[in-house]
Amino acid sequence: MSITEILFWFLTAMAVGGALMMVTSKNPVYSVLWLIVVFFAISGHYILLNAQFLAVVNIIVYAGAIMVLFLFVIMLMNMNADNEPQKNIWLKIAGMIAGGCLLLVFIAAIRQTEALQIQKVNTGGQTGLIHLLGKTLFTDYVLPFEISSVLFLSAMVGAVVLGRKGD
Amino acid sequence: MDITLLAVDWALVLEKFIFIAFIITVSLVVALYMTFGERKVAAWIQDRLGPNRAGPFGILQPLADGVKMFFKEEIIPTSSNKILFILGPSLAMITAMLTSAVIPWGDKAELFGRTISLQIADVNIGILYVFGILSLGVYGIMIGAWASNNKFSLMGGLRAASQIISYELAMGISLIALIMITGTLSLGEMVHQQKEGWWNFFVQPLGFFIFLICAFAECNRTPFDLAEAENELIGGYHSEYSSLKLGFYLFAEYINMFISSAVMATLYFGGYDIIPFYDESVWGLSANIMALLGAAALFFKILVFIFIFMWVRWTVPRFRYDQLMNLGWKGLIPLALFNMLVTAAVILFLKK
Repeated sequence: MSITEILFWFLTAMAVGGALMMVTSKNPVYSVLWLIVVFFAISGHYILLNAQFLAVVNIIVYAGAIMVLFLFVIMLMNMNADNEPQKNIWLKIAGMIAGGCLLLVFIAAIRQTEALQIQKVNTGGQTGLIHLLGKTLFTDYVLPFEISSVLFLSAMVGAVVLGRKGD
Repeated sequence: MDITLLAVDWALVLEKFIFIAFIITVSLVVALYMTFGERKVAAWIQDRLGPNRAGPFGILQPLADGVKMFFKEEIIPTSSNKILFILGPSLAMITAMLTSAVIPWGDKAELFGRTISLQIADVNIGILYVFGILSLGVYGIMIGAWASNNKFSLMGGLRAASQIISYELAMGISLIALIMITGTLSLGEMVHQQKEGWWNFFVQPLGFFIFLICAFAECNRTPFDLAEAENELIGGYHSEYSSLKLGFYLFAEYINMFISSAVMATLYFGGYDIIPFYDESVWGLSANIMALLGAAALFFKILVFIFIFMWVRWTVPRFRYDQLMNLGWKGLIPLALFNMLVTAAVILFLKK
Protein backbone atom coordinates (compact mmCIF):
# COMPACT_ATOMS: atom_id res chain seq x y z
CA MET A 1 0.00 0.00 0.00
CA SER A 2 1.23 3.46 -0.76
CA ILE A 3 1.08 6.18 1.85
CA THR A 4 -1.90 7.78 0.13
CA GLU A 5 -3.82 4.52 0.39
CA ILE A 6 -2.91 4.07 4.04
CA LEU A 7 -4.07 7.62 4.75
CA PHE A 8 -7.24 7.06 2.76
CA TRP A 9 -8.21 3.95 4.71
CA PHE A 10 -7.25 5.54 8.01
CA LEU A 11 -9.38 8.62 7.30
CA THR A 12 -12.23 6.47 6.06
CA ALA A 13 -12.21 4.36 9.21
CA MET A 14 -12.06 7.56 11.25
CA ALA A 15 -15.00 9.11 9.40
CA VAL A 16 -17.23 6.03 9.54
CA GLY A 17 -16.26 5.18 13.11
CA GLY A 18 -16.78 8.75 14.23
CA ALA A 19 -20.17 8.90 12.53
CA LEU A 20 -21.25 5.65 14.21
CA MET A 21 -20.08 6.89 17.60
CA MET A 22 -21.88 10.17 17.02
CA VAL A 23 -25.18 8.41 16.40
CA THR A 24 -24.83 5.87 19.20
CA SER A 25 -23.47 8.15 21.95
CA LYS A 26 -25.88 8.56 24.85
CA ASN A 27 -24.49 11.96 25.77
CA PRO A 28 -25.26 14.74 23.23
CA VAL A 29 -22.00 16.53 24.04
CA TYR A 30 -20.09 13.40 23.02
CA SER A 31 -22.15 13.29 19.83
CA VAL A 32 -21.05 16.81 18.93
CA LEU A 33 -17.41 15.96 19.63
CA TRP A 34 -17.59 12.82 17.49
CA LEU A 35 -19.17 14.85 14.72
CA ILE A 36 -16.15 17.17 14.87
CA VAL A 37 -13.92 14.11 14.45
CA VAL A 38 -15.93 13.22 11.34
CA PHE A 39 -15.43 16.72 9.96
CA PHE A 40 -11.70 16.40 10.48
CA ALA A 41 -11.65 13.06 8.66
CA ILE A 42 -13.56 14.59 5.75
CA SER A 43 -11.14 17.51 5.67
CA GLY A 44 -8.33 14.97 5.51
CA HIS A 45 -10.02 13.42 2.46
CA TYR A 46 -10.22 16.87 0.87
CA ILE A 47 -6.49 17.31 1.40
CA LEU A 48 -5.84 13.92 -0.21
CA LEU A 49 -7.84 15.19 -3.20
CA ASN A 50 -5.60 18.30 -3.27
CA ALA A 51 -8.51 20.52 -2.27
CA GLN A 52 -6.80 22.34 0.58
CA PHE A 53 -9.10 25.33 0.41
CA LEU A 54 -12.20 23.18 0.86
CA ALA A 55 -10.49 21.29 3.67
CA VAL A 56 -9.71 24.43 5.65
CA VAL A 57 -13.05 26.08 4.97
CA ASN A 58 -14.74 22.88 6.13
CA ILE A 59 -12.82 23.14 9.40
CA ILE A 60 -13.43 26.88 9.85
CA VAL A 61 -17.14 26.83 9.02
CA TYR A 62 -18.31 23.47 10.34
CA ALA A 63 -15.91 22.50 13.11
CA GLY A 64 -15.02 26.05 14.12
CA ALA A 65 -18.34 27.87 13.92
CA ILE A 66 -21.42 25.69 13.55
CA MET A 67 -20.35 23.00 15.98
CA VAL A 68 -19.41 25.61 18.58
CA LEU A 69 -22.95 26.92 18.42
CA PHE A 70 -24.27 23.36 18.70
CA LEU A 71 -22.13 22.89 21.79
CA PHE A 72 -23.43 26.18 23.22
CA VAL A 73 -27.02 25.08 22.86
CA ILE A 74 -26.47 21.52 24.12
CA MET A 75 -24.41 22.61 27.10
CA LEU A 76 -26.95 25.23 28.12
CA MET A 77 -29.91 22.88 27.74
CA ASN A 78 -28.12 20.39 30.00
CA MET A 79 -29.62 17.35 28.32
CA ASN A 80 -29.11 13.90 29.73
CA ALA A 81 -30.79 10.52 29.74
CA ASP A 82 -32.90 11.27 32.84
CA ASN A 83 -34.90 14.18 31.52
CA GLU A 84 -35.13 13.09 27.93
CA PRO A 85 -38.82 12.85 26.97
CA GLN A 86 -39.90 9.37 25.91
CA LYS A 87 -41.16 9.52 22.36
CA ASN A 88 -44.33 7.88 21.12
CA ILE A 89 -43.77 4.48 19.46
CA TRP A 90 -45.62 5.66 16.34
CA LEU A 91 -43.31 8.64 16.10
CA LYS A 92 -40.35 6.29 16.19
CA ILE A 93 -41.79 4.15 13.40
CA ALA A 94 -42.55 7.24 11.31
CA GLY A 95 -39.00 8.45 11.83
CA MET A 96 -37.66 5.09 10.74
CA ILE A 97 -39.73 5.13 7.54
CA ALA A 98 -38.65 8.70 6.76
CA GLY A 99 -35.01 7.80 7.34
CA GLY A 100 -35.36 4.71 5.16
CA CYS A 101 -36.81 6.83 2.35
CA LEU A 102 -33.86 9.20 2.59
CA LEU A 103 -31.48 6.24 2.41
CA LEU A 104 -33.31 5.00 -0.68
CA VAL A 105 -32.92 8.39 -2.37
CA PHE A 106 -29.22 8.43 -1.49
CA ILE A 107 -28.63 4.97 -2.91
CA ALA A 108 -30.53 5.85 -6.08
CA ALA A 109 -28.52 9.05 -6.46
CA ILE A 110 -25.22 7.22 -5.99
CA ARG A 111 -26.24 4.61 -8.57
CA GLN A 112 -26.97 7.43 -10.99
CA THR A 113 -23.47 8.81 -10.65
CA GLU A 114 -21.86 5.63 -11.99
CA ALA A 115 -22.53 6.79 -15.54
CA LEU A 116 -21.10 10.22 -14.79
CA GLN A 117 -17.93 8.92 -13.18
CA ILE A 118 -16.63 7.65 -16.51
CA GLN A 119 -16.50 11.09 -18.09
CA LYS A 120 -14.77 12.91 -15.26
CA VAL A 121 -13.12 16.19 -16.10
CA ASN A 122 -9.39 16.27 -15.74
CA THR A 123 -8.05 19.58 -14.52
CA GLY A 124 -4.71 18.22 -13.41
CA GLY A 125 -5.72 17.92 -9.78
CA GLN A 126 -6.14 21.69 -9.48
CA THR A 127 -9.92 21.73 -9.03
CA GLY A 128 -9.91 22.31 -5.31
CA LEU A 129 -7.26 25.00 -5.27
CA ILE A 130 -8.48 28.45 -4.53
CA HIS A 131 -7.67 30.14 -7.86
CA LEU A 132 -9.64 27.69 -9.95
CA LEU A 133 -12.42 27.44 -7.41
CA GLY A 134 -12.82 31.21 -7.25
CA LYS A 135 -12.84 31.52 -11.02
CA THR A 136 -15.50 28.85 -11.38
CA LEU A 137 -17.65 30.31 -8.62
CA PHE A 138 -17.55 33.82 -10.02
CA THR A 139 -18.02 32.93 -13.70
CA ASP A 140 -19.97 29.71 -14.30
CA TYR A 141 -21.86 29.63 -11.03
CA VAL A 142 -22.15 33.31 -10.21
CA LEU A 143 -25.97 33.31 -10.03
CA PRO A 144 -26.35 30.38 -7.58
CA PHE A 145 -23.46 31.83 -5.61
CA GLU A 146 -25.12 35.23 -5.25
CA ILE A 147 -28.52 33.70 -4.53
CA SER A 148 -27.02 31.62 -1.71
CA SER A 149 -25.50 34.80 -0.27
CA VAL A 150 -28.98 36.36 -0.28
CA LEU A 151 -30.18 33.25 1.55
CA PHE A 152 -27.50 33.79 4.21
CA LEU A 153 -28.48 37.44 4.50
CA SER A 154 -32.12 36.54 5.02
CA ALA A 155 -31.13 33.98 7.66
CA MET A 156 -29.11 36.67 9.41
CA VAL A 157 -31.99 39.15 9.30
CA GLY A 158 -34.27 36.41 10.63
CA ALA A 159 -31.92 35.76 13.54
CA VAL A 160 -31.85 39.47 14.39
CA VAL A 161 -35.64 39.68 14.23
CA LEU A 162 -36.02 36.67 16.53
CA GLY A 163 -33.40 38.05 18.89
CA ARG A 164 -35.14 41.43 19.18
CA LYS A 165 -38.47 39.91 20.21
CA GLY A 166 -37.79 40.58 23.87
CA ASP A 167 -37.72 44.40 23.85
CA MET B 1 4.12 -2.98 -2.88
CA ASP B 2 6.39 -2.27 0.03
CA ILE B 3 8.87 -0.53 -2.21
CA THR B 4 6.56 2.45 -2.69
CA LEU B 5 6.45 2.90 1.07
CA LEU B 6 10.21 3.27 1.12
CA ALA B 7 10.06 5.92 -1.58
CA VAL B 8 9.57 8.54 1.14
CA ASP B 9 12.33 11.13 1.29
CA TRP B 10 13.53 10.08 4.74
CA ALA B 11 16.02 12.93 4.90
CA LEU B 12 13.16 15.39 4.45
CA VAL B 13 11.12 13.64 7.14
CA LEU B 14 14.07 13.79 9.52
CA GLU B 15 14.76 17.42 8.68
CA LYS B 16 11.13 18.41 9.28
CA PHE B 17 11.00 16.35 12.46
CA ILE B 18 14.08 18.08 13.90
CA PHE B 19 12.75 21.45 12.85
CA ILE B 20 9.33 20.84 14.41
CA ALA B 21 10.98 19.69 17.64
CA PHE B 22 13.12 22.82 17.60
CA ILE B 23 10.19 25.19 17.00
CA ILE B 24 8.11 23.55 19.73
CA THR B 25 11.00 23.75 22.19
CA VAL B 26 11.55 27.40 21.34
CA SER B 27 7.87 28.24 21.75
CA LEU B 28 7.74 26.47 25.09
CA VAL B 29 10.88 28.14 26.40
CA VAL B 30 9.74 31.54 25.17
CA ALA B 31 6.34 31.02 26.79
CA LEU B 32 8.07 29.97 30.00
CA TYR B 33 10.17 33.10 30.07
CA MET B 34 7.20 35.24 29.04
CA THR B 35 5.69 34.52 32.46
CA PHE B 36 8.90 35.86 33.97
CA GLY B 37 9.01 38.77 31.53
CA GLU B 38 5.44 39.66 32.36
CA ARG B 39 6.18 39.91 36.06
CA LYS B 40 9.30 41.96 35.42
CA VAL B 41 7.45 44.32 33.04
CA ALA B 42 4.61 44.64 35.54
CA ALA B 43 7.12 45.44 38.26
CA TRP B 44 8.87 47.99 36.05
CA ILE B 45 5.60 49.72 35.15
CA GLN B 46 4.45 49.77 38.77
CA ASP B 47 7.86 50.89 40.03
CA ARG B 48 8.65 47.67 41.88
CA LEU B 49 11.53 45.20 41.63
CA GLY B 50 9.64 42.09 40.62
CA PRO B 51 10.85 38.52 41.17
CA ASN B 52 14.56 38.64 42.05
CA ARG B 53 15.17 35.79 44.52
CA ALA B 54 15.56 32.64 42.42
CA GLY B 55 18.92 32.83 40.72
CA PRO B 56 20.63 35.99 39.44
CA PHE B 57 17.96 38.65 38.63
CA GLY B 58 15.35 36.02 39.43
CA ILE B 59 16.13 34.24 36.17
CA LEU B 60 15.16 30.84 37.60
CA GLN B 61 11.74 32.06 38.72
CA PRO B 62 9.80 30.34 35.86
CA LEU B 63 11.45 27.02 36.78
CA ALA B 64 10.43 27.49 40.40
CA ASP B 65 6.88 28.26 39.26
CA GLY B 66 6.90 25.17 37.08
CA VAL B 67 8.08 22.95 39.93
CA LYS B 68 5.40 24.45 42.15
CA MET B 69 2.75 23.65 39.53
CA PHE B 70 4.02 20.06 39.27
CA PHE B 71 3.93 19.39 42.97
CA LYS B 72 0.51 20.84 43.69
CA GLU B 73 -2.22 18.36 44.37
CA GLU B 74 -4.03 17.31 41.24
CA ILE B 75 -7.76 17.48 41.86
CA ILE B 76 -10.32 16.07 39.47
CA PRO B 77 -13.81 16.87 40.81
CA THR B 78 -15.75 13.65 41.47
CA SER B 79 -18.83 14.74 39.55
CA SER B 80 -16.83 15.91 36.54
CA ASN B 81 -16.55 14.18 33.22
CA LYS B 82 -13.05 12.71 33.59
CA ILE B 83 -12.08 12.19 29.95
CA LEU B 84 -13.25 15.58 28.81
CA PHE B 85 -11.81 17.21 31.93
CA ILE B 86 -8.37 16.05 30.79
CA LEU B 87 -9.11 16.64 27.11
CA GLY B 88 -9.90 20.34 27.69
CA PRO B 89 -6.45 21.61 28.70
CA SER B 90 -4.77 19.20 26.26
CA LEU B 91 -6.77 20.66 23.38
CA ALA B 92 -5.97 24.19 24.52
CA MET B 93 -2.27 23.33 24.44
CA ILE B 94 -2.40 21.49 21.10
CA THR B 95 -4.29 24.20 19.27
CA ALA B 96 -1.89 26.79 20.68
CA MET B 97 1.09 24.88 19.26
CA LEU B 98 -0.38 23.95 15.86
CA THR B 99 -0.29 27.40 14.31
CA SER B 100 3.51 27.51 14.35
CA ALA B 101 3.51 25.05 11.43
CA VAL B 102 2.82 27.61 8.72
CA ILE B 103 4.83 30.58 10.00
CA PRO B 104 7.95 31.23 7.92
CA TRP B 105 10.63 31.58 10.61
CA GLY B 106 13.38 32.51 8.19
CA ASP B 107 14.63 32.42 4.63
CA LYS B 108 16.08 29.28 3.08
CA ALA B 109 19.26 27.97 4.66
CA GLU B 110 21.77 25.46 3.32
CA LEU B 111 23.08 22.68 5.50
CA PHE B 112 24.89 19.46 4.51
CA GLY B 113 24.25 20.29 0.85
CA ARG B 114 20.49 20.50 1.33
CA THR B 115 18.34 23.57 0.96
CA ILE B 116 16.32 23.80 4.14
CA SER B 117 13.23 25.93 4.26
CA LEU B 118 12.80 27.46 7.71
CA GLN B 119 9.07 26.86 7.59
CA ILE B 120 7.45 23.62 8.62
CA ALA B 121 4.86 23.62 5.84
CA ASP B 122 4.43 26.25 3.14
CA VAL B 123 0.82 25.41 2.39
CA ASN B 124 -0.85 27.65 -0.16
CA ILE B 125 -3.72 28.42 2.24
CA GLY B 126 -1.46 29.29 5.18
CA ILE B 127 -3.48 32.19 6.50
CA LEU B 128 -6.73 30.21 6.39
CA TYR B 129 -4.99 27.44 8.30
CA VAL B 130 -4.07 29.93 11.03
CA PHE B 131 -7.67 31.04 11.08
CA GLY B 132 -8.98 27.48 11.21
CA ILE B 133 -6.78 26.56 14.16
CA LEU B 134 -7.81 29.77 15.89
CA SER B 135 -11.46 28.83 15.57
CA LEU B 136 -10.69 25.44 17.12
CA GLY B 137 -9.13 27.10 20.17
CA VAL B 138 -12.63 27.59 21.53
CA TYR B 139 -13.05 23.84 22.10
CA GLY B 140 -10.35 23.56 24.73
CA ILE B 141 -12.12 26.24 26.74
CA MET B 142 -15.67 25.00 26.23
CA ILE B 143 -14.92 21.32 26.81
CA GLY B 144 -12.94 22.09 29.96
CA ALA B 145 -15.67 24.40 31.23
CA TRP B 146 -18.45 21.91 30.63
CA ALA B 147 -16.55 18.90 31.94
CA SER B 148 -15.96 20.68 35.27
CA ASN B 149 -19.68 20.19 36.00
CA ASN B 150 -19.81 23.58 37.68
CA LYS B 151 -22.33 26.23 36.62
CA PHE B 152 -19.86 29.05 37.15
CA SER B 153 -17.20 27.32 35.09
CA LEU B 154 -19.74 26.78 32.34
CA MET B 155 -20.78 30.43 32.39
CA GLY B 156 -17.12 31.43 32.31
CA GLY B 157 -16.52 29.12 29.37
CA LEU B 158 -19.47 30.50 27.44
CA ARG B 159 -18.28 34.03 28.19
CA ALA B 160 -14.81 33.24 26.85
CA ALA B 161 -16.13 31.34 23.85
CA SER B 162 -18.57 34.04 22.79
CA GLN B 163 -15.82 36.62 23.14
CA ILE B 164 -13.49 34.59 20.89
CA ILE B 165 -16.21 33.94 18.29
CA SER B 166 -17.21 37.62 18.21
CA TYR B 167 -13.71 38.92 17.67
CA GLU B 168 -12.87 36.25 15.11
CA LEU B 169 -15.29 37.93 12.70
CA ALA B 170 -13.63 41.33 12.74
CA MET B 171 -10.25 39.62 12.53
CA GLY B 172 -11.32 37.67 9.46
CA ILE B 173 -12.68 40.74 7.72
CA SER B 174 -9.51 42.73 8.41
CA LEU B 175 -7.55 39.82 6.92
CA ILE B 176 -9.67 39.86 3.75
CA ALA B 177 -8.40 43.38 2.98
CA LEU B 178 -4.85 42.11 3.41
CA ILE B 179 -5.48 39.11 1.15
CA MET B 180 -6.93 41.41 -1.52
CA ILE B 181 -3.71 43.44 -1.53
CA THR B 182 -1.27 40.54 -1.53
CA GLY B 183 -3.35 38.31 -3.78
CA THR B 184 -2.13 35.19 -1.99
CA LEU B 185 -3.03 33.09 1.03
CA SER B 186 0.45 31.67 1.54
CA LEU B 187 2.36 33.25 4.42
CA GLY B 188 5.71 32.49 2.76
CA GLU B 189 4.62 34.33 -0.37
CA MET B 190 3.34 37.27 1.70
CA VAL B 191 6.69 37.68 3.43
CA HIS B 192 8.43 37.43 0.09
CA GLN B 193 6.29 40.25 -1.31
CA GLN B 194 7.03 42.40 1.73
CA LYS B 195 10.75 41.76 1.33
CA GLU B 196 10.57 43.09 -2.22
CA GLY B 197 8.22 45.98 -1.56
CA TRP B 198 6.51 47.68 1.33
CA TRP B 199 5.65 46.13 4.64
CA ASN B 200 1.93 45.52 4.77
CA PHE B 201 1.62 47.78 7.80
CA PHE B 202 2.21 50.82 5.60
CA VAL B 203 -0.60 49.87 3.21
CA GLN B 204 -3.00 48.46 5.81
CA PRO B 205 -2.55 50.48 9.04
CA LEU B 206 -6.25 50.37 9.96
CA GLY B 207 -6.40 46.66 9.18
CA PHE B 208 -3.40 46.10 11.41
CA PHE B 209 -4.91 47.90 14.37
CA ILE B 210 -8.16 45.96 14.01
CA PHE B 211 -6.12 42.76 13.84
CA LEU B 212 -4.10 43.78 16.90
CA ILE B 213 -7.20 44.48 18.98
CA CYS B 214 -8.75 41.20 17.89
CA ALA B 215 -5.53 39.36 18.73
CA PHE B 216 -5.73 40.80 22.24
CA ALA B 217 -9.27 39.52 22.54
CA GLU B 218 -8.43 36.12 21.07
CA CYS B 219 -5.62 35.62 23.57
CA ASN B 220 -7.93 36.64 26.44
CA ARG B 221 -5.54 39.42 27.38
CA THR B 222 -6.40 42.64 29.17
CA PRO B 223 -8.48 44.69 28.40
CA PHE B 224 -10.43 41.66 27.19
CA ASP B 225 -9.57 39.19 29.97
CA LEU B 226 -13.13 38.69 31.14
CA ALA B 227 -12.62 34.98 30.72
CA GLU B 228 -10.76 35.04 34.01
CA ALA B 229 -11.97 38.18 35.74
CA GLU B 230 -11.85 36.71 39.21
CA ASN B 231 -12.31 40.06 40.96
CA GLU B 232 -15.77 40.98 39.75
CA LEU B 233 -16.94 37.78 38.07
CA ILE B 234 -15.68 34.33 38.96
CA GLY B 235 -12.45 32.59 37.93
CA GLY B 236 -13.88 31.52 34.61
CA TYR B 237 -13.63 28.28 32.67
CA HIS B 238 -10.69 27.03 34.73
CA SER B 239 -12.25 27.52 38.19
CA GLU B 240 -12.17 23.77 38.90
CA TYR B 241 -8.69 23.20 37.56
CA SER B 242 -5.60 22.83 39.67
CA SER B 243 -1.97 21.88 39.37
CA LEU B 244 -0.55 21.18 35.93
CA LYS B 245 -3.90 21.25 34.13
CA LEU B 246 -4.41 24.84 35.22
CA GLY B 247 -0.80 25.38 34.22
CA PHE B 248 -1.62 24.08 30.73
CA TYR B 249 -4.45 26.58 30.34
CA LEU B 250 -2.31 29.48 31.51
CA PHE B 251 0.64 28.28 29.47
CA ALA B 252 -1.50 27.91 26.34
CA GLU B 253 -2.40 31.58 26.75
CA TYR B 254 1.27 32.56 26.69
CA ILE B 255 1.99 30.34 23.68
CA ASN B 256 -1.00 31.93 21.95
CA MET B 257 0.50 35.33 22.64
CA PHE B 258 3.83 34.24 21.20
CA ILE B 259 2.24 32.74 18.10
CA SER B 260 -0.10 35.67 17.47
CA SER B 261 2.87 38.02 17.82
CA ALA B 262 4.63 35.90 15.19
CA VAL B 263 1.57 36.01 12.93
CA MET B 264 1.30 39.79 13.27
CA ALA B 265 5.00 40.25 12.54
CA THR B 266 4.67 37.97 9.53
CA LEU B 267 1.52 39.50 8.11
CA TYR B 268 2.11 43.19 8.70
CA PHE B 269 5.77 43.74 9.56
CA GLY B 270 7.64 41.83 6.90
CA GLY B 271 8.31 38.59 8.79
CA TYR B 272 12.00 37.84 8.52
CA ASP B 273 12.71 40.98 6.46
CA ILE B 274 15.38 42.87 8.39
CA ILE B 275 15.04 46.51 7.32
CA PRO B 276 12.05 47.93 5.42
CA PHE B 277 12.58 49.60 2.02
CA TYR B 278 16.10 48.22 1.87
CA ASP B 279 17.61 45.40 -0.13
CA GLU B 280 19.71 43.41 2.35
CA SER B 281 21.37 41.37 -0.42
CA VAL B 282 23.83 44.24 -1.03
CA TRP B 283 25.59 43.18 2.17
CA GLY B 284 26.82 40.17 0.23
CA LEU B 285 26.49 37.74 3.13
CA SER B 286 26.03 34.03 2.60
CA ALA B 287 22.53 32.55 2.53
CA ASN B 288 22.96 30.85 5.90
CA ILE B 289 23.96 34.03 7.73
CA MET B 290 21.15 35.95 6.06
CA ALA B 291 18.67 33.26 7.14
CA LEU B 292 19.96 33.47 10.71
CA LEU B 293 19.81 37.27 10.70
CA GLY B 294 16.29 37.12 9.25
CA ALA B 295 15.17 34.70 11.94
CA ALA B 296 16.72 36.99 14.57
CA ALA B 297 14.87 39.98 13.06
CA LEU B 298 11.58 38.08 13.21
CA PHE B 299 12.33 37.12 16.79
CA PHE B 300 13.03 40.74 17.69
CA LYS B 301 9.69 41.81 16.17
CA ILE B 302 7.93 39.06 18.11
CA LEU B 303 9.53 40.27 21.35
CA VAL B 304 8.38 43.83 20.63
CA PHE B 305 4.81 42.62 20.14
CA ILE B 306 4.99 40.56 23.32
CA PHE B 307 6.14 43.68 25.16
CA ILE B 308 3.15 45.59 23.73
CA PHE B 309 0.86 42.82 24.99
CA MET B 310 2.31 43.21 28.49
CA TRP B 311 2.45 46.98 28.38
CA VAL B 312 -1.27 47.14 27.55
CA ARG B 313 -2.09 44.61 30.24
CA TRP B 314 -0.56 46.75 32.97
CA THR B 315 -1.88 50.05 31.62
CA VAL B 316 -5.48 49.59 30.50
CA PRO B 317 -8.34 48.56 32.82
CA ARG B 318 -10.68 45.73 31.96
CA PHE B 319 -13.84 46.20 29.86
CA ARG B 320 -17.28 45.43 31.16
CA TYR B 321 -18.93 42.57 29.29
CA ASP B 322 -21.48 44.70 27.39
CA GLN B 323 -18.72 47.15 26.45
CA LEU B 324 -16.70 44.24 25.12
CA MET B 325 -19.57 43.02 22.95
CA ASN B 326 -20.44 46.53 21.77
CA LEU B 327 -16.86 47.18 20.77
CA GLY B 328 -16.64 43.91 18.87
CA TRP B 329 -19.96 43.95 17.04
CA LYS B 330 -20.73 47.66 16.70
CA GLY B 331 -17.21 49.07 16.57
CA LEU B 332 -14.71 46.71 15.04
CA ILE B 333 -16.86 44.81 12.53
CA PRO B 334 -18.22 47.97 10.79
CA LEU B 335 -14.71 49.45 10.86
CA ALA B 336 -13.24 46.29 9.34
CA LEU B 337 -15.97 46.24 6.67
CA PHE B 338 -15.23 49.89 5.88
CA ASN B 339 -11.52 49.08 5.64
CA MET B 340 -12.28 46.18 3.32
CA LEU B 341 -14.50 48.26 1.02
CA VAL B 342 -12.01 51.14 0.83
CA THR B 343 -9.19 48.70 0.09
CA ALA B 344 -11.23 47.04 -2.65
CA ALA B 345 -12.15 50.43 -4.17
CA VAL B 346 -8.53 51.60 -4.15
CA ILE B 347 -7.34 48.36 -5.75
CA LEU B 348 -9.98 48.70 -8.48
CA PHE B 349 -9.11 52.37 -9.01
CA LEU B 350 -5.38 51.67 -9.31
CA LYS B 351 -5.91 48.83 -11.76
CA LYS B 352 -7.83 51.06 -14.23
